[in-house]
Amino acid sequence: MPPLLDIRGLHTEFRTSAGTVRAVDGISYSVQAGETVAIVGESGSGKSVGAMSILRLIPDPPGRITAGEVLFDGQDLLKLTEEQMRQLRGSQIGMIFQEPMTSLNPVLTIGRQITETLEQHRGATPAAARERALELLGLVGIADAARRLKQYPHQLSGGMRQRIMIAIALACEPKLIIADEPTTALDVTIQAQILELMKDLTQRLNIALIVITHNLGVVARYATRVNVMYAGRIVESGSAAAIYHDPRHPYTIALLRSVPRLDRPRQARLDPVEGQPPDLTRLDAGCAFRPRCRFATDACAAGRPVLAQAGLEDGHLAACFNSGSLSHTDQAA
Amino acid sequence: MTTTDDRPLLEVKGLRMHFPITEGMMTRRTVGEVKAVDGISFSVARGETMGLVGESGCGKTTTGRCILRLETPTAGSIVYDGVDIAGLSQKQMVALRQRIQVIFQDPFSSLNPRMKIGQIIAEPMKVHGIEPDATKREARVRELLTICGLNARFADRYPHEMSGGQRQRVGIARALAMNPEFIVCDEPVSALDVSIQAQVINLLEDLREKFGLTYLFIAHDLSVVRHLCQRVAVMYLGRIVELADSDTLFDNPQHPYTKALLAAVPVPDPLVEQGRVFRPVQGEVPSPINPPTGCVFHPRCPIAVESCKQSRPESREIQPGHFVACTQVGLS
Ligand SMILES: Nc1ncnc2c1ncn2[C@@H]1O[C@H](COP(=O)(O)OP(=O)(O)OP(=O)(O)O)[C@@H](O)[C@H]1O
Ligand SMILES: Nc1ncnc2c1ncn2[C@@H]1O[C@H](COP(=O)(O)OP(=O)(O)OP(=O)(O)O)[C@@H](O)[C@H]1O
Ligand code: SF4
Ligand SMILES: [Mg+2]
Ligand SMILES: [Mg+2]
Repeated sequence: MPPLLDIRGLHTEFRTSAGTVRAVDGISYSVQAGETVAIVGESGSGKSVGAMSILRLIPDPPGRITAGEVLFDGQDLLKLTEEQMRQLRGSQIGMIFQEPMTSLNPVLTIGRQITETLEQHRGATPAAARERALELLGLVGIADAARRLKQYPHQLSGGMRQRIMIAIALACEPKLIIADEPTTALDVTIQAQILELMKDLTQRLNIALIVITHNLGVVARYATRVNVMYAGRIVESGSAAAIYHDPRHPYTIALLRSVPRLDRPRQARLDPVEGQPPDLTRLDAGCAFRPRCRFATDACAAGRPVLAQAGLEDGHLAACFNSGSLSHTDQAA
Repeated sequence: MTTTDDRPLLEVKGLRMHFPITEGMMTRRTVGEVKAVDGISFSVARGETMGLVGESGCGKTTTGRCILRLETPTAGSIVYDGVDIAGLSQKQMVALRQRIQVIFQDPFSSLNPRMKIGQIIAEPMKVHGIEPDATKREARVRELLTICGLNARFADRYPHEMSGGQRQRVGIARALAMNPEFIVCDEPVSALDVSIQAQVINLLEDLREKFGLTYLFIAHDLSVVRHLCQRVAVMYLGRIVELADSDTLFDNPQHPYTKALLAAVPVPDPLVEQGRVFRPVQGEVPSPINPPTGCVFHPRCPIAVESCKQSRPESREIQPGHFVACTQVGLS
């Protein structure tokens, strides 16, 4: 079966006063219906920009998608008109943004924001839309739904606002949901509840899910495939099991080592990835992780490594010149 | 006589914050209230990191906002360094403002979009006269950016030119610029990727030691809370249900809600996770508008008995320093 979403060679840039930021620097991956792909990686590595590029929500200027294809159900979204894109957003592709306070409209009630989507995309009557809105709030675990519908975003807690965003994304039962940090603002019990709900929906309705998250526990539980990003590129890609138990990129190894874990004794001090995140306006010709990499060799300065088969699992890819010789004692688990 | 040093830096007693719910465009009738914080007490010692965890909407941010006096509490006292600030006017608060800082949950809406990062960090130093010299202020901005894991060149960027995590680090740099003694950290690392998160956690620990800082640390990530906090308070629907030192709370949780909370944490190991059957806490998330009677957790509690529906359980000290608000704990 052809994938629901197939991203090929996507490049997105920003012109800033400091220079051109190559925020997404040639990423390719695909997502099957019913699959959950997790995107993890360094802050500023292009996870959100990559997701926004799929929906063509990059502010232009300063941003611009400069190359690539985004094939959704076989058609290249980058070739659609703005009007066609508007139709698609919210109905076929749902989006949960990283910052719910800025993506909810502060002057509209919660209820209005949900019903608006349903009326626009589904042609629902106001009464039917309200019924569905109540149902959706229940689905995302918000009590006293009728009263909450009359409230404004600032009257809700951060986690509630996030659940409202999730309710809006689910409203039209899209084929693909892109969730950018959907549960960071939530406590673990609600996080678990919502993720179980999203997992159930993806399986039952065959919805594909791209989830961007920093929570490696969440990834371990829900992802069928994991893409690790660094400096605008995917540096490692594979099943969750391959990524966690046989990481083949030094950044992934460092990432896994840096988390405090409840299933292990408390450490005296955390072991972060040392050094500064890269300045995307000033990348040189070598591997972008090189300045922070414990495995770097002379070869790493010569060019940027590309994704290639690594490890034992078929389709486990890593972009590192030394991925075959990373010593096992350095692995996380 | 107590001396300054053995008295807690912050002592919160019986704190209540009830928000009125109004209806009607013209009349704005009050039709009820949200009991966001409903009678909580805790103290924070100088140099300590106190964790505050609990379900979304249980009142953690509101508690922090009361301490910062961004809200005027409905009832209770907030004694900070010997002064009850709960009743102070905004004018009287000015002197304390600099000493109590905040790192916000939402890094975007807390940064002025029209100011460059350098200005955002320098502004409070200028306003409060902490560093009157412009050149020194600039150097300090670069130092703060570097401390927070950002390239000093970011001083010339605007907030919208940065990622969520980068903006969060700007928020930390801005708080540190004031040389505060107490920082309310409201989800300060949840927007950060874990590698930077580890840097920032180490940074917060270093700063605590170096400058003798005291933190109220609000977070959902319990593994981070265990790592960073000496003591932890667990909130549920506006109340503290359990409070203990960190090791005790994580190794020997007593309140049924705390137990449910800890059981819901996914661990970063796909083999463990994919085999684990997950049972979310039973029942509906209750509303602080119509909180359940008696123990607010009773509708979802696996060990509730009839009396839990009637009377609100008092917080009991079951071991020195370990407080639990549940009548059923320790009975058998
Ligand atoms: N509007 C913009 N103008 C200029 N640069 C931008 C803009 N938006 C993003 N960037 C830059 O693009 C890069 C990628 O940002 P993005 O938001 O995708 O990061 P991210 O991986 O989602 O990080 P985080 O985990 O912190 O959310 C960053 O270096 C950021 O500074
Ligand atoms: N200004 C306000 N007006 C009315 N209700 C409010 C206001 N601010 C907060 N609330 C309510 O108070 C309760 C507690 O909110 P608060 O933001 O303190 O929760 P929280 O524990 O920080 O949650 P989260 O983990 O989701 O950030 C919520 O029910 C919220 O809707
Ligand atoms: S290519 Fe070299 S510098 Fe880059 S991650 Fe691999 S070993 Fe490190
Ligand atoms: Mg992002
Ligand atoms: Mg909050």
